[in-house]
Formats: sequence, C-alpha cells, structure tokens
Amino acid sequence: MAAMGVVEDQAMAESDEVDEERRDFLLTATGTVGVVGVAAACWPFISSMNPTLDVQAQAATDVDLSGMAAGATRTVAWRGKPVFVVHRTPEQIAAMAQSEGGRDPAPDQTRVRDARWLVVVGICTHLGCVPNKTESGWLCPCHGSVYDNSGRILHGPAPRNLEVPPYHFAAPDKIVIG
Amino acid sequence: MSQRLITWIDQRFPLTAFIKHALTHYPTPRNLSYWWNFGFLAGFLLLLQIISGVFLAMHYKPDVDLAFDSVQHIMREVNYGWLIRYLHSTGASAFFAVIFIHMARTLYYGSYRAPRELMWWSGQVLLILLMASAFMGYLLPWGQMSFWGAQVITSLFGATPLIGDEIVLWLRGDFVVGDATLNRFFALHYLVPFFIVGMVLIHLMALHHVKSSNPSGINLADKDNIPFHPYFTAKDLFGLGVFLIIFCGFVFFAPEFFIEAANNTPANPLRTPPHIVPEWYFLPFYAILRAIPDALGGVVAMTLSILIFAAMPFLDRSRIPGGARFRPLYRVVFYIFVVDVAVLAYVGSQPPGGVIFQIDVAATVIYFAVFLTLPFYSRWEERWLRARGLPPALQALLDSDTELRPRRETRQ
Repeated sequence: MAAMGVVEDQAMAESDEVDEERRDFLLTATGTVGVVGVAAACWPFISSMNPTLDVQAQAATDVDLSGMAAGATRTVAWRGKPVFVVHRTPEQIAAMAQSEGGRDPAPDQTRVRDARWLVVVGICTHLGCVPNKTESGWLCPCHGSVYDNSGRILHGPAPRNLEVPPYHFAAPDKIVIG
Repeated sequence: MSQRLITWIDQRFPLTAFIKHALTHYPTPRNLSYWWNFGFLAGFLLLLQIISGVFLAMHYKPDVDLAFDSVQHIMREVNYGWLIRYLHSTGASAFFAVIFIHMARTLYYGSYRAPRELMWWSGQVLLILLMASAFMGYLLPWGQMSFWGAQVITSLFGATPLIGDEIVLWLRGDFVVGDATLNRFFALHYLVPFFIVGMVLIHLMALHHVKSSNPSGINLADKDNIPFHPYFTAKDLFGLGVFLIIFCGFVFFAPEFFIEAANNTPANPLRTPPHIVPEWYFLPFYAILRAIPDALGGVVAMTLSILIFAAMPFLDRSRIPGGARFRPLYRVVFYIFVVDVAVLAYVGSQPPGGVIFQIDVAATVIYFAVFLTLPFYSRWEERWLRARGLPPALQALLDSDTELRPRRETRQ
C-alpha cells in the first residue's frame, strides 16, 4: 500500500497550515484575470454583428444635380436609405424662409447649404416609413405626418423634422452625401 | 436577501441539490492525473464550436454561387470574421486531438470496463456524431478539397449492395455534389451539434452515476475521494489555460496549418486536384479504406475500424486493474497501436501506390489484430501475472478494493 500515491496521507499532513491571505489574493487575482479575459474574448463576437467593412464602404453617394429643373425631386439611396434631393423654386424658398416649422422649429437656412437645394433623409421620424411628395412638402402614408418643403414636421405623430444627412457640394452641380 | 432568493428557488427547482450533486459534493478520486482533463477540454471545445459556428452562420451563405465568396467575405470584411473562422477551423482540429487523447486515456487505463461500458459507448456515439459534423462542415467553404472530399465520401455509400447508386443520389440530391448537397449539409451541420449536446448530457449523467475512473483502476475508499469543486474545477481550469496557450498559438500564428492550400481554390466539379487528402483526423481511417482493394470491403473495414472500439469491454478479458500500468503486455500493445495509428495517418496523407500500399496493408492488419487477439493475450497475460505473483503494490491495491473483490469471488 505504501507504494501507491493514491493512499498516502503524508502529503496532506504536511500542508496543515494555510496562508489565508495568500490564498485570497491568488483567488481574487486569478478570478479578475479570468473575468477580464472572458469579457475580452466576447468582444470579437459582439463586434462581428456590427456593419461589415463592405457595408460601411457604402457610406458615400454622389448625386449629379445637372438637368434637374426647378421644382423637381429625386430620390437617391444612401447607406440603403432613401434621400430626397429637391430643387426648390424661388416661391418655395421664400415661403420656407418665413416659417419656423411646427413641432421642431428650425430656420430654413440651418437646414440647407444652398437654398435652392434641399437634401433630407426620406424616412419619417415617426416609425420609419417613406413619406410621399406633395405640393407643399411631404405626407407620410403610414400615420399621416405632414412635412413642409424644408422637411420640417408640421403636424402628425412624427416627433422631429426629416434628418439632414451630412453632404457637401463637390461642384456647383454635384453633391456628395456621406 | 441572496439566501432568501436561493431558498425561494430551491423550493421550486433543485438548484442547491444539483450543485451539491454535480460539484461541491461530487466525489472525485484524488489521484486523477492530467490525462483526466481532456473530457472537460472536449466540453469547452463543444461550447466554442457552437458559439463560433452560430456567429459564422450569421454571415455564411449556403449556395454554390455564394458560399466560397461568403467565406472570403467573413475573412476580409466581417469584423473579427477571420478570428471567428480560425477559431472554428482550428477548434475542429483541436476537438479531434482532445477526443483522441481522451479515448487513448480510456484505452490505456481500462476506463471502459464495468461499470463504465455505457460511458464508453455513449462516447463512441459522440465520436461518430463529431465525425459526421466535421465532415459536413468541411464542405461549407466550397473549396476544391471541400468539394472532392464530399464527393469521395458520399461515393462510399455507392458500395452498398443493390441500391448503392440510389443512396448516393439521395444523399446528394443531385447527380454530383451540388447546391442541394451544400444546403442540406449546412442544415445538418447546424443540427448535429444539438444531438451532440444531448449525448454529452447522457455521457455526464452516466459519469455522475458511476463516478470517474482513476489511474489505479479500482474503486477508491471514501477518504481518497475529494469534492470536484474546488479541487478539480481548479485543476481543469489550469489545464484549460495550458490548452488555450497552445490553441491560440495555432489560431493566431499558424491558422492555416490545418487547412489544405487547395481549399483556397473555389470548387470545380470538372477537375479534381492532383492530390486529395482528407483532414488529418480522418487520415488513419482513410488509410484503412485504401488498404482494401475492393470498394465494399474498404468501406466495411473503415466502418469497423471505428466501431470496433465499442467491443473493448468484451474483448478485454483481463481483470487486472490499473489498465496498462500493471499489464506489461497490454502496455506494449497499446504503444504499438498508437504508433500503428500514426503510421496509418502518414500513409493516408501520401499518394497511393507502391510501398505506401504495402505499409498501409500491414498497418491495417496490425490495427485489427490488436483488437481481435485481445481476448486471448489479455487472459494469458493475467494468468501469467498471477502465476508469477502480483507485484506487492498491485496486490495491496486489489486487497483494498471495496467493490470489485466480492463480485469477483462470487463469480468464481
């Protein structure tokens, strides 16, 4: 029996004294490293559900404005979302300059870079439908939100004005959205 | 507060009782070596494969026109997609490595013996499920090796007498491995792990009933058992740390080590690559398939080479405990078997023909001879050991065995 490591009690007997402080330190230190490690290992998996690089690469859209008559509207896709580009008439510009909008007041000049061109994301700020163009602005078919020709909410359930995407004029007749 | 919560739960669900039964009061032999670490590692890898697999499935497209590109998409455009894919592909290899060691430990120490036959057989089912899952998963990247591997393995079923061709057609759902095959392999590759999890639970329930075997091969006295938690949770986690160092070494520094270069070429049903080999974990069995120059015979031999492990509790007629430790002849045969499997793996990786074929045949004969002669030499070995007088350490072990001895006496 003595030859078997299994049944030898000697090793147990030798270590009767326990350094509690050392044990606690080791437990805490190991536990902390383990928790941090597991959390770090989770990150790649969480991150993999974010937009992939090819999706992020769709971030910019070029729009050619030449040939758009005053009063015309175009809908272009930017990051998969519709963006309305409107060539406003002088009457519309004048009318918008005198209004502050409705629920979410904002002067017209803060919503455009060039008063002739209105660029807004065509997604109703209520629940994400695409509003339809009307003579005086837009009407959302889902719940009846009404926007003016500056994309500002006038009435209906939508809480905010149509979002203005980041864009700039690359040339007098060309804008880059994104 | 927390005590009240636990009491509230315990009245409705046996939480504390379960933790006691499975962890804090689960008696574990205190002489377990690190060879007993590999079941835990296999469990970890199962979890890792399921998690990484689910995240890969979020970006993968099982369509012959999109599959290869979607894997490249994962590698290049998905955030950390390369890491998740390499974890999954390296994880598959690690899973087999760990399982093979787990099996070798069982064979060396005779852990398949009564009362653990059902553990061994549920493990056998797990091995087959793992192989099925690995094989089907390997088709998904839709590279040349993926395609021709699946083409060859599904063709094996063509060796079935009378209805072989119909079975192959049914398996593929197409005249060659095609879109239907890829779709069903993806569905089944996602399904089989659920069966594996279920079988693992059965494996664990059986384990918690019969308890762990140990290097001595006998049932230890109560004083030689210690609680699983904290002793073996700590030991298993330390082993996991060592394992992860090696595993991450491959994932980060040699991720393509286990991936055949030919699989970076999209599948082409019109041209077989000049040299096709299965993944390394299938090589020994593939070599046995090639050793028999007959389609049906080869398939039967390969199937038997996997299933024959299940017969171990019947083939091993020796009652000497401690596995190979106290059995000099069995120990020699064990190492011969390990070397033989390694030789088969090498042979399986080489182009067929010539000397390779002769080595293949010899190694295959040895492979089966080890199992089929076991009933004879194991009994002879025991008689020889007893006639010679058992070593004192072994005799002491036998005398101290609380359960085996009475049963053995009533049997005689």
